[in-house]
Amino acid sequence: MLKKTPFHERTSQLCEGESWLDWAGHLSANSYELDHSHEYYAVRTGCGIFDVSPLYKYHVRGRDAMALLDRMSTRNVAKCKVGQIVYTAWCDDDGHIVDDGTIARLGENFFRLTTAMSLLYWLEDVGFGMDVEIEEVSQEQGALAIQGPTSKVLLQQLADANLDDLKYFRIIETKLAGVPVRIGRNGYTGDLGYEVFMDANDGLAVWDALMEKSDEYKLRPAGHIALDMVRIEAGLVLIDAEFMSATNAMYPIQRTTPFELGLDWVVNLKKSHFIGLRALREEKARGPAWTTVGLQIDVVALEALYARFGMPLILPYHSWTDPVPLYADAKQGRHIGKATSGTWSPILKRYVALARLKPEAAKIGNSLHIEMTVEGQRFTVPATVVETPFFDPPRKRA
Amino acid sequence: MTEQYDAIIIGGGHNGLTCAAYLAKAGRKVLVLERRHLVGGAAVTEEIYPGFKFTVCSYVVSLLRPEVIRELELAKHGLHIMPLLSSFAPMENGDYLLTHADDSSNYHELRRHSKRDAEMFPLFNQMMYEMAHAVKPILATVPPDPSAPGLRGLQDLNLLRKHFQGMSKKSFHCLTKLMTMSVSDFLDEWFETDILKSLMALNGIIGTMLGPKSPGTAYVLLHHYMGELDGAFTAWGAQQGGTGGVSEAIASAARSYGAEIRCNAPVERVLVEDGTAVGVVMENGDEIKSKVVASGCDPTVTFRKLLEEKELPDDLISAIDNFKYRGSSGKVNLALDGMPRFSALGDDASAQCMAEICPNMDYLEKAYDDAVYGGFSKRPFMDVEMPTANDPTMAPPGKHVLSIFVQYANYALDPYDSRDAQRDAFGDAVVNTLSDFVPNIKDLILHKQVLTPWDIEQRIGLTEGNIFQGELTLDQLFFFRPAPGYSDYRTPVKNYYQCGSGTHPGGGITAGPGRLGALEILRDGNV
Amino acid sequence: MSNYDVIIVGGGHNGLVAGSYLAKAGRRVVILEKKKAVGGAAVSEEFAPGFTASSCAGGAGYLSSKVVGDLGLKAHGLAIEPSEAVAFVPQSDGSQLTIWRDVDRTVAEIAKFSEADAKAYPGFLAAMRPMAEAVSGLLEITPPDLPEVSWSDFPSARTMAGPMRRLGRKNVSQFLKTLPMPVSDLLDEWFESDVLKGAISASAVKDISWGPRESGTAYTLLYNWALSNSGLFRSSGGMKGGMGAITQVLATAARSFGVEIQTDSPVSEILLENGVATGVGLAGGDKLNAKVIVSGVDPRTTFTELLNPSRLDLSVVRNLRNIKYRGSAARIHLALDSLPEFSALAGSADLSALEGAIQIAPNMMYIQRAYDCTKYGEYSPHPYLDIEIPTLSDPEMAPAGQHVMSITAKYVPYALRQGSWEGHREAVVDAVLSTLAEYAPNLRDSIIHKEVLLPPDLEERFGLPEGNGNHGEMSLDQFLHMRPLPGYAQYKAPVEGLFLCGAGAHPGGGVTGLPGHNAAREILKATR
Repeated sequence: MLKKTPFHERTSQLCEGESWLDWAGHLSANSYELDHSHEYYAVRTGCGIFDVSPLYKYHVRGRDAMALLDRMSTRNVAKCKVGQIVYTAWCDDDGHIVDDGTIARLGENFFRLTTAMSLLYWLEDVGFGMDVEIEEVSQEQGALAIQGPTSKVLLQQLADANLDDLKYFRIIETKLAGVPVRIGRNGYTGDLGYEVFMDANDGLAVWDALMEKSDEYKLRPAGHIALDMVRIEAGLVLIDAEFMSATNAMYPIQRTTPFELGLDWVVNLKKSHFIGLRALREEKARGPAWTTVGLQIDVVALEALYARFGMPLILPYHSWTDPVPLYADAKQGRHIGKATSGTWSPILKRYVALARLKPEAAKIGNSLHIEMTVEGQRFTVPATVVETPFFDPPRKRA
Repeated sequence: MTEQYDAIIIGGGHNGLTCAAYLAKAGRKVLVLERRHLVGGAAVTEEIYPGFKFTVCSYVVSLLRPEVIRELELAKHGLHIMPLLSSFAPMENGDYLLTHADDSSNYHELRRHSKRDAEMFPLFNQMMYEMAHAVKPILATVPPDPSAPGLRGLQDLNLLRKHFQGMSKKSFHCLTKLMTMSVSDFLDEWFETDILKSLMALNGIIGTMLGPKSPGTAYVLLHHYMGELDGAFTAWGAQQGGTGGVSEAIASAARSYGAEIRCNAPVERVLVEDGTAVGVVMENGDEIKSKVVASGCDPTVTFRKLLEEKELPDDLISAIDNFKYRGSSGKVNLALDGMPRFSALGDDASAQCMAEICPNMDYLEKAYDDAVYGGFSKRPFMDVEMPTANDPTMAPPGKHVLSIFVQYANYALDPYDSRDAQRDAFGDAVVNTLSDFVPNIKDLILHKQVLTPWDIEQRIGLTEGNIFQGELTLDQLFFFRPAPGYSDYRTPVKNYYQCGSGTHPGGGITAGPGRLGALEILRDGNV
Repeated sequence: MSNYDVIIVGGGHNGLVAGSYLAKAGRRVVILEKKKAVGGAAVSEEFAPGFTASSCAGGAGYLSSKVVGDLGLKAHGLAIEPSEAVAFVPQSDGSQLTIWRDVDRTVAEIAKFSEADAKAYPGFLAAMRPMAEAVSGLLEITPPDLPEVSWSDFPSARTMAGPMRRLGRKNVSQFLKTLPMPVSDLLDEWFESDVLKGAISASAVKDISWGPRESGTAYTLLYNWALSNSGLFRSSGGMKGGMGAITQVLATAARSFGVEIQTDSPVSEILLENGVATGVGLAGGDKLNAKVIVSGVDPRTTFTELLNPSRLDLSVVRNLRNIKYRGSAARIHLALDSLPEFSALAGSADLSALEGAIQIAPNMMYIQRAYDCTKYGEYSPHPYLDIEIPTLSDPEMAPAGQHVMSITAKYVPYALRQGSWEGHREAVVDAVLSTLAEYAPNLRDSIIHKEVLLPPDLEERFGLPEGNGNHGEMSLDQFLHMRPLPGYAQYKAPVEGLFLCGAGAHPGGGVTGLPGHNAAREILKATR
């Protein structure tokens, strides 16, 4: 039986098509309405509320809490001040990425880690011989992501704290509608947004208070389909799409490094040690074998293809995460990588994708060819390497 | 007039039948000679009590090689294996562990016991799968002979060396551990939940007179994962109508290719002329001629009973005489008047088709201690299967049969006065122990069939009652099985071959030895 | 700036051997020993006024003859005289079996128990000796980093080639088959007498936590055989002054090559610079630097106490935590006012049978039963006792006319499942003494003093984790390329600049000098 999140009593009422996904053993909505469009637009024009409770959450406390997370993380956790959040990756001994997530420093010796995978054993092993207490609070804590341009004004209506003081990637403890919560200003949408963590028992009270304001602030519950589209627009990598965890990867070809994912900015090779440092230093010196880039697919060429069949341009209605071959040339002669996820961006009116490419093909502006099928026939369509994020509004950081 | 065949297979167990089927399929004229009134050897279904069909000895189908199912078209011949998807292990404190075929359910069930173990479990399975992938080419080949003269031995060894060098260090280290450690130590490196470890440890100890703390038992775990690799089944399955159905299916395939199967046909010995097998002599004195003879019997029967000593070199004689059987298990089959109820499950009967009585690791180890010096476990490990849960036709409506595999039971008579006394005490220990977990069991028993290792030997002809035709210990695996230099299915007697579980890759209803034996016979081209 | 090329942490016998080889090759070496005397676990100490015993390690006759020759130890006073008696195995019915170095004499002894076994015994020796020789070749090599085999393994392959060829093609299989066997199965193939099987199998399990029925014990039998000075499966005889005298000789030899030995110098940490070991910090606060740091201390202590484990790879730490130590014996020393009288020797004036080991292990299954208890964290009520009376050959170890008896009592687990050792110490001693009294009834009355070292005591006093004298169980999963850590079996630690030379490394425990010898070879190669 899949588990129910603290908000299930409400979300299940709203999920019109009973379209659920298994997210870390929980029922999680793909979309609430039968069509996901409203949910997508809510995030970009109003705000969306995502039930992100299935995230794994760990509290790490004690004298060596910082040392543990610093040993694990590719980033310098010592630089993370109380009240700050950092996005980081962590690797195995060979520098292969295990997972990514956020570390929030809640106190001098108190951190909260969120992960996509169940990784208690990893934390325990990393913390061998250290003076720390690791507590998994996945079930005890509910989590909501309120993301989109109106998210701030909406939350401000209910929050005791002044959200003007809450900067990007900072976290505060306050009350929301009288309920003690932690509000972090971060998210997975590339937009202005917040993540609100609370005691699971208080979940419904928070949900109800937010939904009461939904009409006023264009708030909508949003599901995975919308989330995946906006995270691709934001150029954010996803586990099991852009990379597979090294702990799940059985064969070398399935493993990935942070450098290959374009996460160079979260790898601090100046640190004196962290797990995977030696291998990552070597990789840096050698140059990574792959790199992750943004692609813009030529929709005009795609339209021309459809025209051959007497059809109008048909664009994917959702995002996709099945790998698609990339070639250096139109004749499918030289394979140079794969597109790992892609979406039609309704806001940008561009067909974009994230791709794992050979470094020599990854220069911005480089053109290449992506496989597309029309009516079961294979073709290639030109695509261009472009900067990510595809969508990056100033309000995100403002 | 003497009959003349291309090949005679001695013993109609599942491996003998498989060998026969492959030879017949290749166009050879084949005769299978079975001592008993039915084929199947240890894989038989018999109506021991009116209306109740017992899977007398072997009770689950594990690891039947998928290539055999495919190549002999066994599905067409009545093979219908229902995978046993869950495993239920009651604990002494009234709790239990129920494992499933899917990762998500296992994760949640294991988290009740240990969050860490819930995370480790899929990683462990993944690692074992990787190990199985690594050794698969070894298990699927004829073992090399490192002491073979000339190029052959070198070439064989070189292949092995190349294979191992292709492995990652991490995998190789892990394989080293698997090959040498006790299943208990090996699992300790991964898990902390005792009931999980004891449930998994079973796969390391079944069929051997070794406890979970004995080094060498970790390896047998690997066998469990081999089947999954080829998409065979989730390892364990139950055949419709009992395991006899598997033998019937293979026999049917063999017949369809033209093989002749004769029951009630005990063979006295192999007929050897000038060091070459030319046929067999039956117990009634009849001679049947053939170009080649293959034995599906265990090594002792194959070499020491069916051949005269003069046909064999000294090193083989001493190796076979030192071959370890040490039957360690018995079987109790019960005809039941109604549904047995596990107290740990309350009224939920869903998990009852397969239950393991192995409440903790020490329980298993103590069960071993009890039997290793003679006698049997006072509180044995039991693998309890209810075939009627999958196939209700095996008993009258509303009634059930319970097939209980019991370990440990020592073959030696000591400390009992008679085999009857031994059997009675053994049966009582089983029912008494089971009643601790299934309180209503005693009231339901209509009939009880008890088989000690000695009974299994008498009934099926397995030396010392060992269900694998010889222990699966490191020194009896691969090119040591059954003896160094004789692991390639051939024998010192020309045209006389081995095709039983006493050869590589060993026991269980795998049909592997039968297939590999047949392929070697064909490769030699003497028939 | 450093005065040294090499710092060796720990003045145990392997540290001394490694230091000697390195100094002999011209390296400037300092050995830092925590205690006031070198020797590690191979020391002789006064445990009662006038009574001296080999406190921890016993078994003098395993020192590698190559090490003895290379370091010229005889010139420095090494004299280990094998005794005629190898093992004296009394029975509760007053009979006894003595294994002598002399085969004929042993055959006559065995005939008392089985004519067939007496006949089989010479054949058994003839079959085992080439195997022991093959094992002996294995012990001197640097384990290949399997599954990779490189050119650097060529010398190892050459070392192995000779013994393998002598073994003969046919016997190679037999050898490979024998290594993972339980010694019980091996002996079952040769003999029928459980008394004889007990006499032989005892030495196979003396230093591991398992019973003779466990797989891999045939290897430990061959391991002892490969190194023993008696030509048999266990060594015989000792050195005057006990085990400590051997390490004193090693120290003298080391100094003669120019090794500096600093005692009372406990190392508190191994210093790293950019992940490279560059020196050590002493407990007093001093720091010493050298090009290479070598640890003779066991792997767990080296990596978790002398180093910060969080600087190591995660997989290394996992492997480290998985090392099986499992001390399984107590060491008990008795000061006796007279020689114990064994019933089996009653009336006999010839006590030479006692000069080897006295094995209270009347038969093989007795040993296996003694082992059973430890599986559940209990100690054996009827332990297997391995006894030496050093005063028979060296009367100076006790006041005139009095004796020392050193007992290795198995099986005694490191930790009790139920309760703590306090409150059970006396019960262990009682189990040992009452077991012994079945064979030597007057023993209890002659005890003047006793010293009891349970596995936790051995850990505390000799730095042996879990009281395991081998720095890690001598099991097949901790053998060759797996010892001390998978992937790090070439004496190089997972920290650059750091090497291991103790018994935790291949080939393992016993006062053999081989880990030190092999490590020195690799260190020289690395620092050429």
